[in-house]
Amino acid sequence: MNRSVDERDPAAPGPASAGPAGPETPETNRISHPVRPGRWLAAGVTALVLAWLGWSVAVNPNLHWDIVVAYQFDRVIMDGLRVTIQLTVASMAIGVVLGVVVALMQVSDSQVLRAGAIAYVWFFRGTPLLVQLIFWFNIALIFPEIGLGVPFGGPKLVTWETNALVTGFVAALLGLSINEGAYMSEIVRAGLRAVDPGQQEAAAALGMSRLKIMKRVVLPQAMRIIVPPTGNQFISMLKTTSLVSVIAGADLLTVAQRLYLTNFEVIALLIVASIWYLVLTTVASVGQYFLERRFSRGFGVTVPGTLRGRIGRNLRFSGSTR
Amino acid sequence: MTTPMVRCQSLRKSFGRLEVLRGIDMVIERGQVVCVVGPSGSGKSTLLRCLNHLEEPQAGRVYVDGELIGYSERGGRLRPLPDARLRRQRESIGMVFQRFHLFPHRTAVENVMEGLIAVKGVGAADARKRADDLLDRVGLADRAHHYPAQLSGGQQQRVAIARSLAMSPKLMLFDEPTSALDPELVGDVLEVMKNLAASGMTMIVVTHEMGFAREVGDHLVFMDEGMIIEQGPPRDLLAAPQHDRTRAFLSKVL
Ligand SMILES: Nc1ncnc2c1ncn2[C@@H]1O[C@H](COP(=O)(O)OP(=O)(O)OP(=O)(O)O)[C@@H](O)[C@H]1O
Ligand SMILES: [Mg+2]
Repeated sequence: MNRSVDERDPAAPGPASAGPAGPETPETNRISHPVRPGRWLAAGVTALVLAWLGWSVAVNPNLHWDIVVAYQFDRVIMDGLRVTIQLTVASMAIGVVLGVVVALMQVSDSQVLRAGAIAYVWFFRGTPLLVQLIFWFNIALIFPEIGLGVPFGGPKLVTWETNALVTGFVAALLGLSINEGAYMSEIVRAGLRAVDPGQQEAAAALGMSRLKIMKRVVLPQAMRIIVPPTGNQFISMLKTTSLVSVIAGADLLTVAQRLYLTNFEVIALLIVASIWYLVLTTVASVGQYFLERRFSRGFGVTVPGTLRGRIGRNLRFSGSTR
Repeated sequence: MTTPMVRCQSLRKSFGRLEVLRGIDMVIERGQVVCVVGPSGSGKSTLLRCLNHLEEPQAGRVYVDGELIGYSERGGRLRPLPDARLRRQRESIGMVFQRFHLFPHRTAVENVMEGLIAVKGVGAADARKRADDLLDRVGLADRAHHYPAQLSGGQQQRVAIARSLAMSPKLMLFDEPTSALDPELVGDVLEVMKNLAASGMTMIVVTHEMGFAREVGDHLVFMDEGMIIEQGPPRDLLAAPQHDRTRAFLSKVL
């Protein structure tokens, strides 16, 4: 159980001075690994394919690299980039809060709370996000007015016109965050369940209140389980925001599309957008790496893999849960 | 006559149809060390957990230091205590578990500080000083900044004892504190418990360490199938058990 916390990168210098090395014991073991011709061949072929791909992309006249360069920092593109970042951060923030609340409902003693949580997850995970986005965008068709007052058809204190309230951005935010909340609640619940019930008992025996037990004992430990998939959700969300182009969301992909509809530089503008998505996911991967390191304190394990490997893995589109 | 530290009256507890405690009566005086032995599943852990109300008994009462645990009584009717009152009662009853249950995300000293900060509202600097003293008392001053995963089982259990002591309890419950330990680590933990007993702490210790029961215990309780079969001074009970079940059990563990 006591795993060494000293697990280091094998390339890093080991504790050479630790322990009295006998006179005949060499400092490091010299192990001659067998030559593996298959691996060398595969590596060679891979390098060749990569080089060929890079070359054909770089010199391809149909890719209009000059247009890519011209638009990479274009004002319109930058505005779209800003919207994408805002949507991602806001939807994830709301989604995480919703997820924690719904997860706590799911583990509560009240049948009603549990049923509500299950219904929420069932509905929002069970219908396509695209449908939910279009639905929120057209919510005015069902509820033309939104009011504050007595429910079940009673008198209203104030009313607003739904169309004025639910703009494209608000509809996007509603759709993305409520959908995200359903996924996050499952992630948070898994994290809560992973914490040994003995932890709550020990804390209760000390006289801690339920709230404190949750905040100081259970959640910090659950975070170790929660953070990695949440990072994936964040990275996935960066790309998922592009779905809001169907409701005129003014995000990065939407503005790129608007631009190529006028100048017909379809490929160049998609490359511009993709480069920005790659930049965003790379930055997010770095953040995820440090968060994971922070929350694995005390568990005697280092975050697996290197920062570089982590970034590469997160760029895969297959990680998306939608 | 002073009030006893613990008084248990016809305590009953079942899980569904399984009757785990079937009427436990017990009185423990201040400063006494009571060892509880008995076969697996006889309800020893459940008894301890009823004493600090981690388990809600179906019937019977527990008084600690004269105070009814978990309920208020008016006109012969029991009402559950408000959370805050129950927490105050638990604060004064320390509990040490077989599997330590240290908080893995906190260092040894932070584990000991946790209750002081989160329950007693002590400032960080004062809490640290008290925690350092307590770690010193259990012989772990040099391990203060290790995480539980970096400590041996015996060291973890001693940190857990220090964590409980930080709340200044009047009663300490130990549920098989050494059963999860490698044999060579048992001694250190028993030594700490022996010192604690010598300092006058009232202790209830579920254990299979008959040596400890004989040497440190004032009273020995033998339980089987949710009942106290036999109790008395450890030396007498170990030397001349009166009941067949006690004899059968002791012949297996001695
Ligand atoms: N939460 C629970 N739900 C259902 N049954 C339980 C629960 N806790 C304990 N039991 C049952 O109650 C009985 C007594 O358990 P308890 O843990 O008190 O025994 P014990 O004397 O401490 O045994 P051991 O020496 O193995 O620790 C066992 O049969 C156990 O399966
Ligand atoms: Mg037990």
